[in-house]
Amino acid sequence: MGVSEMAEHKCVGCPGTLERDAKFDQLDDVIAKHKALEGALIMILHKAQLIFGYLPEEVQRYVAKALDIPLADVYGVTTFYSYFSLTPRGKHRIAVCMGTACYVRGAGDLLAAFEKELGVKVGQTTADGLFTLEASRCIGACGLAPVLTVGEDVYGNIMSVERVPDILRKYRTEKQQ
Amino acid sequence: MERIKLTIDGAPVEVDPGSTVLDAARKAGVHVPTLCFHPELRLEGSCRLCVVEIEGMKSLAASCVYPATSGMRVRTNSEVVRKTRKSIVELLLANHPQDCLVCPRHGTCELQEVSHQLGVRKIRFKQESRGAEQDLSSVAVVRDPNKCILCGRCIRICEQVQKVSAIGLAGRGSKAVVTTPFGHGLAEGPCVACGQCIKVCPVAALKEADATEQTWRALNNPAIHTVVQVAPAVRAALGEEFGMRPGALVTEKLVTALRKLGFSQVFDTQFGADLTIVEEGHELLHRLNENKHLPLITSCSPGWVKYAEHFCPDMLEHLSTCKSPQQMLGALVKTYYAEKIGVSPEKIFHVAIMPCTAKKFEASRPEMGRDGLQDVDAVLTTRELAAMLKEAGIDFANLPDGEFDLPLGMSSGAGTIFGVTGGVTEAVLRSVTELKTGKELEDIEFHSVRGFAGVREAAIPLNGLTLKVAIVNSLGQAEKLLKKVKRGEAEYHFIEIMGCPSGCIGGGGQPFSRDPEIKHKRAAALYRQDHLKRVRKSHENPAIKELYRTFIGDPNGEKAHALLHTHYHARPRY
Repeated sequence: MGVSEMAEHKCVGCPGTLERDAKFDQLDDVIAKHKALEGALIMILHKAQLIFGYLPEEVQRYVAKALDIPLADVYGVTTFYSYFSLTPRGKHRIAVCMGTACYVRGAGDLLAAFEKELGVKVGQTTADGLFTLEASRCIGACGLAPVLTVGEDVYGNIMSVERVPDILRKYRTEKQQ
Repeated sequence: MERIKLTIDGAPVEVDPGSTVLDAARKAGVHVPTLCFHPELRLEGSCRLCVVEIEGMKSLAASCVYPATSGMRVRTNSEVVRKTRKSIVELLLANHPQDCLVCPRHGTCELQEVSHQLGVRKIRFKQESRGAEQDLSSVAVVRDPNKCILCGRCIRICEQVQKVSAIGLAGRGSKAVVTTPFGHGLAEGPCVACGQCIKVCPVAALKEADATEQTWRALNNPAIHTVVQVAPAVRAALGEEFGMRPGALVTEKLVTALRKLGFSQVFDTQFGADLTIVEEGHELLHRLNENKHLPLITSCSPGWVKYAEHFCPDMLEHLSTCKSPQQMLGALVKTYYAEKIGVSPEKIFHVAIMPCTAKKFEASRPEMGRDGLQDVDAVLTTRELAAMLKEAGIDFANLPDGEFDLPLGMSSGAGTIFGVTGGVTEAVLRSVTELKTGKELEDIEFHSVRGFAGVREAAIPLNGLTLKVAIVNSLGQAEKLLKKVKRGEAEYHFIEIMGCPSGCIGGGGQPFSRDPEIKHKRAAALYRQDHLKRVRKSHENPAIKELYRTFIGDPNGEKAHALLHTHYHARPRY
């Protein structure tokens, strides 16, 4: 491979690149704060995802370089934990709990209703960038089964799929305001 | 400390503290099958094939990672153990392509071997294809994820021994794969093409990029003049592919075999090695005089050179500017030799037989040629050559002796020992001491630089100066040593770095071997060859002297620099 091809991989966060996003300054702070700690990588990736919304390739490259560890190690971690996303996510993350209790109380139907209402499959993001639909593992709120979360909001005892449009409406109107 | 006493299948056995149950079983003469286990790598215990029953334990234990303790009663062949192992193999086979008959690892595949050994006769699970694409981005190493059994040996050697980490495990559970970051392909990352991953892969998930097809085409084209060179380490290992004893020295048969394949001229990379020594020796003396860019670090290992470009770009000025023996000889074939026989370089197809996969990358570097032609057109590994010889029906073990063609086939014993760690240093010392003092060496064997320790140091008296040398083999050792040098904790005049453990004899293109003594046997073959040589110092090789007199002029002179020296450039690590 020639040098010119490799230059394309230049990290957008590297100094000297034209559009260095201010988000990288935030990331620098996070890295500086955690760098020396054991297990820093996961903490840094966690914060990086909060800053960027997901973990794009250039962010992973940036973190690997800052920590002086192989990129393969970073990629191994980001692909291992379902929490980390390598693709852009919607403004609101809908996670329908598919734990046993929720599942037997109709979480499957609920998930299907979201798919239909949003026009996306599990794991995908709506075209307007508003919602990402996910099936989560047990979130430990079995008493509220079936339970789902939208961002930090928790919705329990959603016994009817007809409530799906109501739940979404709140976030859709938020957008218009 | 007290020895550990346990029983394996009822038989008492004693092992040293720190031993695993697998060690104990092997000591008791029981062959426990393994896949993810590799004697030179960190233990992992991920494939579970080596499970055994330990009395008092609820579940089976992976013997390769389970520590042996006194009083332990182990069963290695109970019904449940045998059934479990079979199931594991069946599960592996359920998504492993069943194309064994046309697989390059047919006959050397460890999965095939354990399947046969455990008597797996049917696969109860539905066959599933992963439908993954091969990674063909690298000119040296090909990855076929469909064949991968996730043992992780490639990852471990790349990370622990070579400190490169070009590949890693990604994903989780049934979606786990061995891959490059973001699946970009080996050529996009810091892979140095050393091929150590191929050497430890139990299946054909990693293999060299094929160069046999283009070689056959050239050999079958009457309009093309085919020239071959063969590296020292090949002659110490090729015999293994033909049932000869490990460590058999097959130089003369090898020459005959290459002629039988159809090569017009059979040259010796050792000639290139002698030339490298003369050039590098003068370069060292020059740097010592100027006291500049010391330590001088060798540049004949292309895996190391690429590693330096990715991982230590700040050290590049320390690298010798000498091309490797392969490329020195290549440059001469397309210039000196072409002129001599009056054939246009375009009509010459130059093949190099190497113990190495990184040589494929080296030959493809744009700076390794002129006028749009590469100096080396194809690089075959020792394994690829063996495959071609088999395909051609050549009865290698019974071939008569042959001799290299002159002048580029004439070499010294110093050129021979290039193939083993420490060899380049010894060859340099044989020449440099004589060049510096003008006196003949009484003893030309420098035993202080031989051996296999990861890092070796020696202090050699050199006309009033004490020449401090260090020799490392494997890139992990190189990383460690260079860190010390950078921190000023160690000071040398000369460092030999070989990218592969034990040097070229342990190269990524060498025959697969599970002989624990293999490096010693192959090295002994090269030292034997050195002994048998009439000329044992590079600068005394008559063909080298003739080359300088009639073609190159002075060592490190203008023409030498144009043809025999090169430059390096930093490559990204991320």
